[in-house]
Amino acid sequence: MIKEKENIEPKTKKTKEESKTPMIVIKDLHKTFGKDNKVLQGVNLTVNKGEDLVILGRSGSGKSVTIKCIVGLIEPDKGEIKVFDENVLNLSKKDLNEIRVRIGFLFQSGALYDSMSVRENLAFTLRKHKSELTAEEIESEVIEALDNVGLADAIDKMPSELSGGMQKRIGLARTLILKPEIILYDEPTTGLDTITSREISELILDIKHKQKTTSIIITHDMACAKLTADRIMVLKDGKIHAEGTYEELEKDEDEWVRSFFE
Amino acid sequence: MILTLRNTFTEIGNATLFAKQFFKEVFVPPYEAKELLKQCYIIGYKSLPLVAITGFIMGLVLTLQSRPTLVKFGAESWLPGMVALSLIREIAPVITALICAGKISSGIGAELGSMKVTEQIDAMEVSAINPYNYLVVTRILACTLMVPLLVFFADAIGILGGYIGVNIHGDVNFYRYMTQIFQSLEFLDLFPATIKTFFFGFFIGMIGCYKGFNAANGTESVGRAANSAVVTASLAIFILDMVAVQITDLFFVQ
Repeated sequence: MIKEKENIEPKTKKTKEESKTPMIVIKDLHKTFGKDNKVLQGVNLTVNKGEDLVILGRSGSGKSVTIKCIVGLIEPDKGEIKVFDENVLNLSKKDLNEIRVRIGFLFQSGALYDSMSVRENLAFTLRKHKSELTAEEIESEVIEALDNVGLADAIDKMPSELSGGMQKRIGLARTLILKPEIILYDEPTTGLDTITSREISELILDIKHKQKTTSIIITHDMACAKLTADRIMVLKDGKIHAEGTYEELEKDEDEWVRSFFE
Repeated sequence: MILTLRNTFTEIGNATLFAKQFFKEVFVPPYEAKELLKQCYIIGYKSLPLVAITGFIMGLVLTLQSRPTLVKFGAESWLPGMVALSLIREIAPVITALICAGKISSGIGAELGSMKVTEQIDAMEVSAINPYNYLVVTRILACTLMVPLLVFFADAIGILGGYIGVNIHGDVNFYRYMTQIFQSLEFLDLFPATIKTFFFGFFIGMIGCYKGFNAANGTESVGRAANSAVVTASLAIFILDMVAVQITDLFFVQ
């Protein structure tokens, strides 16, 4: 019994330490489009393990650009991005791809491959990265991923036959199928009705609890932010303007920050 | 004027780098055999009816148009040979390539353009799947392999059209018609014409992929990518044909 206790104690301690482990660290990130469209002007942020960070900001403030820089879709002009303690900006394509497999990215539109059925959309990613799996194993993982988002019935449908909310859920299932440690959500509830938005927000929360993921959520939907955020950052003029919990920022002295919560 | 010229050269430079990447990635695994076969089916098999109709009309019309002149010189018997030579050396490769530019290059441009706009290409990239390898290499390779086959098919159907054309005003049996064709054809008529069709195919695929892959954001750019792919590919076919004829003239014509 004593031995068991000894075994458990350090584990608990480790979990506490893990929660402070930075998974994503961004330092002084700059990005300019064209000659003078300065989108990011020194963004600094840290996301710890198991944390859900919500980034708020006006349209065009650079929220999506920030998370696209994290996965290497956009190359920043200056700065440092560390994911799993690796500077993604210095990595070779091969090493970057190894990191990308551990990061899930949910696009605003779902970005389902429209020439493939829902089954093929999910199986495609799996086949590319887990070639050792048999057809039966792939099928069962696809069904499990669809079950997680409550859309197992849609397995044979084409993306064009799905509603906006369903497309986002399937997009999420496709993201989750590789069991990522970090998930980046790019406006997961944009364009959806209130009920579907809430369902998606609850799904994000559910995923966090079940799969112990770390997330960055870009959103304009304050209901989603309230439900999912452990911490909120507000982007203004290409910089982090304010940071805190939902409750703290709701009562912020800055009227501009408060305006998001009204 | 200077700006347009600069943009044109920039575009040519970017397209060259895009093509260079094809040669870099075509031999590197993973080999997307399943997607390549799918593209061969779409590009090759699904283009057969269109190529058959145009091939038949080319053969028939060419025969009917050439006949009166040859009759004037009492050289009607040269008609099958002349039609076959014209079809195989020039008309079938160029017309088939132009049809493929219209059907395939625009299709690829629109498909990849729409994938780009709806972030599907980005989704592949962040899933650590090489979109160039999966989408571009397979399509360019399928075009390079299928366009020559479509040209052979157009040659055959065109010759058949010519046979019907010959028989509208005369009475030549099929065996005699084919014998006359084979007597007037040489290997060197077929060889350079076939080689150039591989280049036609490559450029049709490459231009379609380049335009689609580099479409700007917004749905309007999808239409622009498709349109631009057809125009550029058609122009490229004429330029390539001119170069091919010069090279053939230099090496194969005594």
